[in-house]
Amino acid sequence: MSTQEREERTIRCLIAKVGLDGHDRGAHVISRAFRDAGFEVIYSGLHRAPEEIVQAAVQEDVDVLGISILSGAHNTLVPKIVDGLKEYDAFEDTLILVGGIVPDDDREEMLDLGVGAVFGPGTPMEETIEFVREHAPERE
Amino acid sequence: MTAAGSTESELVAALLDGKHRALARVITKIENRSPGYRDIVSRLHAHTGHADVIGVTGSPGAGKSTLVDKLASTYRDRGETVGVIAVDPSSPYTGGAVLGDRIRMASNVGDMDVFFRSMSARGTLGGLSTATADAIKALDAFGKDKVIIETVGAGQNEVDIVRTADTVSVLVQPGSGDDVQMLKAGILEIGDVFVVNKADMDGAERTVAELEEMIHMRRNPAKNLNTGHHDPVDDDEELAAVAADDADGGETWEPSVVETVATTGDGVEELIDTLAAHAEWLVDTGEIETRARNRYAAEIRQLVRGDTAALLEEVIDEAGGIEALADRVLARETDPYSVTDELVGPLRECVREELDDG
Repeated sequence: MSTQEREERTIRCLIAKVGLDGHDRGAHVISRAFRDAGFEVIYSGLHRAPEEIVQAAVQEDVDVLGISILSGAHNTLVPKIVDGLKEYDAFEDTLILVGGIVPDDDREEMLDLGVGAVFGPGTPMEETIEFVREHAPERE
Repeated sequence: MTAAGSTESELVAALLDGKHRALARVITKIENRSPGYRDIVSRLHAHTGHADVIGVTGSPGAGKSTLVDKLASTYRDRGETVGVIAVDPSSPYTGGAVLGDRIRMASNVGDMDVFFRSMSARGTLGGLSTATADAIKALDAFGKDKVIIETVGAGQNEVDIVRTADTVSVLVQPGSGDDVQMLKAGILEIGDVFVVNKADMDGAERTVAELEEMIHMRRNPAKNLNTGHHDPVDDDEELAAVAADDADGGETWEPSVVETVATTGDGVEELIDTLAAHAEWLVDTGEIETRARNRYAAEIRQLVRGDTAALLEEVIDEAGGIEALADRVLARETDPYSVTDELVGPLRECVREELDDG
């Protein structure tokens, strides 16, 4: 094998705002923190539909999909995204994170769906970054 | 490599079969220079050469992403499929990047036939243009009719990227003399089409006039006395006239200036017609092959240099590493030229022997 094929792997993340909530300060802060951690971050912009998030995650081939939801609609939106990723064979090797306001009772449900972790308000940034570094899917 | 070989051919087969995930993964491998990516690109090459590759460059805030979005949706309306590669800078310190071009792709959401991919300049000198060229091949082989490369036009690296396109459009926003200054510094030479975006802003006409003046000065110093050439935008006849009245027997392309308002889509149809006219000119004059040949020549050179440099790194490591060599030079035990002769000499003999045998 040629030395030219030395791998230069960079963790790619999509930070997604989905649904109707219009607050993306948190998403911005995460985007910047991830960038400073050396990740490549694609920010979706506000008010995205689940299909748009799926399209972006598939095309950009991200390792990590961070979904920010503050509106309480996670029980509707997250399953749609998960189904969409499955449709394009992208579910298995994408680490899905949910950030924002998720009641304790719903957390289990999120994890059962295949979400890697749920980060509520006040989660230290280092914790999230460390989690991504440890759990970003290994790819052949 | 044999075990990996099968997954690579599977991946290539899936890509050629139109699987979006396979296309996305191939581009990731190209970006990461993952083991096997060269094999993949080799396999794809035979399937390329069908897409029109369009480069879009310009200073930050000129409206590139918004225009690319409108271009893509207009091509889609015409029934053509589109691939977009948007290149953004990355931090030289952390390697991290926020790739923001995708936000502007509002007109094409949910349309999987617009394949949009963000790439970051990962700080590998010259590597990005190779990676971009390879990613274009992936989109081309996938069967995209149009491939658009979007990049900030700031330096040599970006110029190299945009050169991978058949048709290069340079975006300028009105009222910024600095933009035109930047154009003078080298971007002017690479533009086939100049787009004055935000043409509804004050100063648009002036910017158009300045650009046209520069184009005429560049092409033919005597030609700028040729008056009555105000608005080359509005019809194809004018374009044809521009091409026809060229002194060099119609062999050269006179860059045209098109006004657009990307946010509303005004002028996008005209821009597409102009891009098509350029594509046609490329084919008619055979320039498309000349350009492709030059591109492949540059690509081969770059790959050969890269591989040779990697070989030489091994030689340097074998000789004790670059620091040890530098220390010997520092201690006046030897000098850089002698060191180089010692390192390269055996290689040279080896190569000569090989060539003589052949």
